[in-house]
Amino acid sequence: MKFSIKAWSKGGGRAGVLQVGGHAIETPALLLTTRKGLPNFIPPDLLSSLPDPDSRLLQFSPLHFSEGISLKTISELGGLHQMLGLKEHVFAAVPRDSIISLPEYQSANKMGASFETPCGRLLIKPVQYMEMISSMKPNMWATLADEVPAWVSEKRNRTSVDRTVRWLDECITSNVAANAGGAVFGSIVGGSKIEERKRCAQEVAKRDVSGFCIGGFGLGESMDERPALLNAITESLPQDKPRQICGLELPEEVLQGVAAGVDLFDSTYIYHLTLGGFALTFPSDDIAKCYSGEQLCDNGTDGTKINLKATVYRKDTSPILEGCKCYTCQNHTKAYINHLFNVHEMLAQILLEIHNTHHYLGFFRVVREAIKRGTFQEFRQNFVESRRDRIFAAALSA
Amino acid sequence: MIPSQHISAMVSMTMLLTPYSTVTTNCVKPYPNCELKPGPLRRSDANLGRPQNFAFLFPPPRQGRTQPQSLVGAIQNSKDMALRFEILGRFNRARAAKLTLPHFVSQTPLFMPVGTQGTIKGLTTSQLEEIGCQIILGNTYHLALRPTSELIDELGGLHKFMNWPRALLTDSGGFQMVSLLHLADITEKGVTFQSPVDGKPMLLTPEESIQIQNRIGADIIMALDDVVKTTITGPRIEEAMYRTLRWIDRCIAAHKRPHDQNLFGIVQGGLDPVLRDICVKGLVDRDLPGYAIGGLAGGEDKDSFWRVVAQCTAALPEDKPRYVMGVGYPLDIVVCSALGADMYDCVYPTRTARFGTALVPEGVLKLKHQAMAHDTRPIDQTCECMVCKNYSRAYIHCLVTKDAMGSQLLSYHNLFYMMKLSRNLHSSIVEGRFPEFVCKFLQKMFPEGDVPQWVCNAMEVAGIDISSCCSPFPSS
Repeated sequence: MKFSIKAWSKGGGRAGVLQVGGHAIETPALLLTTRKGLPNFIPPDLLSSLPDPDSRLLQFSPLHFSEGISLKTISELGGLHQMLGLKEHVFAAVPRDSIISLPEYQSANKMGASFETPCGRLLIKPVQYMEMISSMKPNMWATLADEVPAWVSEKRNRTSVDRTVRWLDECITSNVAANAGGAVFGSIVGGSKIEERKRCAQEVAKRDVSGFCIGGFGLGESMDERPALLNAITESLPQDKPRQICGLELPEEVLQGVAAGVDLFDSTYIYHLTLGGFALTFPSDDIAKCYSGEQLCDNGTDGTKINLKATVYRKDTSPILEGCKCYTCQNHTKAYINHLFNVHEMLAQILLEIHNTHHYLGFFRVVREAIKRGTFQEFRQNFVESRRDRIFAAALSA
Repeated sequence: MIPSQHISAMVSMTMLLTPYSTVTTNCVKPYPNCELKPGPLRRSDANLGRPQNFAFLFPPPRQGRTQPQSLVGAIQNSKDMALRFEILGRFNRARAAKLTLPHFVSQTPLFMPVGTQGTIKGLTTSQLEEIGCQIILGNTYHLALRPTSELIDELGGLHKFMNWPRALLTDSGGFQMVSLLHLADITEKGVTFQSPVDGKPMLLTPEESIQIQNRIGADIIMALDDVVKTTITGPRIEEAMYRTLRWIDRCIAAHKRPHDQNLFGIVQGGLDPVLRDICVKGLVDRDLPGYAIGGLAGGEDKDSFWRVVAQCTAALPEDKPRYVMGVGYPLDIVVCSALGADMYDCVYPTRTARFGTALVPEGVLKLKHQAMAHDTRPIDQTCECMVCKNYSRAYIHCLVTKDAMGSQLLSYHNLFYMMKLSRNLHSSIVEGRFPEFVCKFLQKMFPEGDVPQWVCNAMEVAGIDISSCCSPFPSS
């Protein structure tokens, strides 16, 4: 794996290129969430309809395979790429996936990290984790971390940093590490304490890793305290290695991460939107549109997304978003998707996940453009303000 | 056997192909659609001389020959048909044809997947096209509830609504009512039931069913029939059969779009060959674009099932498509095709996929089974579908019943299997190797030679020699 930075923008933000798995992926980039390696709803043969190579980066949690299939069988099949029929895609392993693999800080102990999964509560030790990585052979993988929420005691927080650094060492020196291949991303924790965050980042930076995986966010800290924490971390990290982060969902949160110098994001935003019947409609394919005072929709939405379960779409024969090039908007109408939701058909979520993924990837593209032009700070300010205005105005008119 | 002296010159060609419509001796076009008045069935039909032995049910096998194209074409260009049915090849009773519908040109024998509510569960229209689906079924009952036929009509018809460029078929809604609603009751007026929305008593009449289907806009629509379970005996079956014939007249009268929607009649009559015969003749009298064999696939024993299919396919006109409703097991489809049927529908392939079962040449593969967890082979080594090319049984095992993706992938494979079966049936008949195909099919499914007796009986009537597939001492 190789990483190089192409542009910086004042106010933070760096645009780079990540060469991995035969692809040159521009950053900041979105990692698509998967369940057992495949998207939640999008069938594998429709993955190719998404923008390329943006949609090549897939994030998965090795814990998804805790039951139903053995590591031995996965190895026999040749690893994840073979097993999932996605040989041209790039897989990034992170134990936490924020949907079905949730860090359970109270059951973690010095032996391993604990996660709540559909198979129950699992205690994962570094050696077990490395066995998973070595049989699955992802392109990139984060080391095992003890992620704690923002409200834990200082002592617990300190322990989590100590454990995470120790487990990092155990992971990379384990005897299967060489066999596993893939680029190592050292995990950084530290909760909401700036000092601990700095300490962890500095320790991890000393290790021989290819990148950094910033954990412990999205677990109870407020959006206001986040920038300081993020900056504390990224300032302690070398510039030339990519930084990945988990737990930032909304576009505004992603922009916070970009401003602090993070390059790779996974987000469960698309998943939650899709489940709720929401389709993203905020303008993102044109920077100018993001700035302009968009006329408000008069049907009570906030201009950033629409809920296709709403009865107002029963007879709407227009696509979700005029001009959107995704499979859903090219082929189907709001009326049809509304009907599918009403009758609880799986196709509704399939079509929505395609559109939302396409749209969110488009947002990332616009972010990259803004950085390359040097106007990221402006872009971010306008974007956040216009969204806030729309939501505020929609709330007023409701 | 054919009393040719009664036949006028104009119907002689029709008679050659439909030897058992001799009851219509004096009628060339008995019931033109626009002049039809609903009325009681002509009871005289029931009294025309019937031979006491039932050998007439099983005509001698026709030697394999291809129907001359021109003869077939001349008969079907009736203004009341929105389809063309051209037989391209035969083997005895089996036939492969080109069925031209308003939205799509399809090839029979074919299987129609069931897309109950305007979608096949978990599959996109582009995937369905890739799989090779030609005609899809929509359920009138469900669509009339949500999103309502008026809305579908307003938005341009079901094809446009779901963006399906190929052909659609809607059923009448009657079957769902009887099977889904506890308090459904059938009277002469129609099917009375309690609305599932608000509990109000409602009535589905033949007229209403056709109107709803006219609004939905499918290429083929089904008449409302009085369907009874085959496990029921007694006078109810006879009552249902005669009522079906009375209702077909009402359906024909109510049909506003005969130029772009084909109304198929449904043959009822339970397992009674006499009743079935009356029903066939009555429907054939009405000169419909196509005919369905209904009231089967409901739990009757297989030996009775194939005999009813054989009788009906022998009696229905050669030049019109024959649709056996509710038939979905691959074995049943092969047998019915050998007996001369053309179209099939069933929820089985997609429903069984959601329970983790895959269709394979050997029968079924239960992916939920613990043994699958270590099996690194594809579901079916001979299958070229996206699922078999990319995924192992072990991976699908860890998905099924837990993740939606599992049932999506299995539905994809199962439908691919059914469409491949349809294509193989069609091409093997056209290319003159149908018996070989049937034998290979049976050998794969019954490698020990234990082909069920009913299949052997049916193939005998179909004139297909499957002795190579059967072990010397078959269990009966």
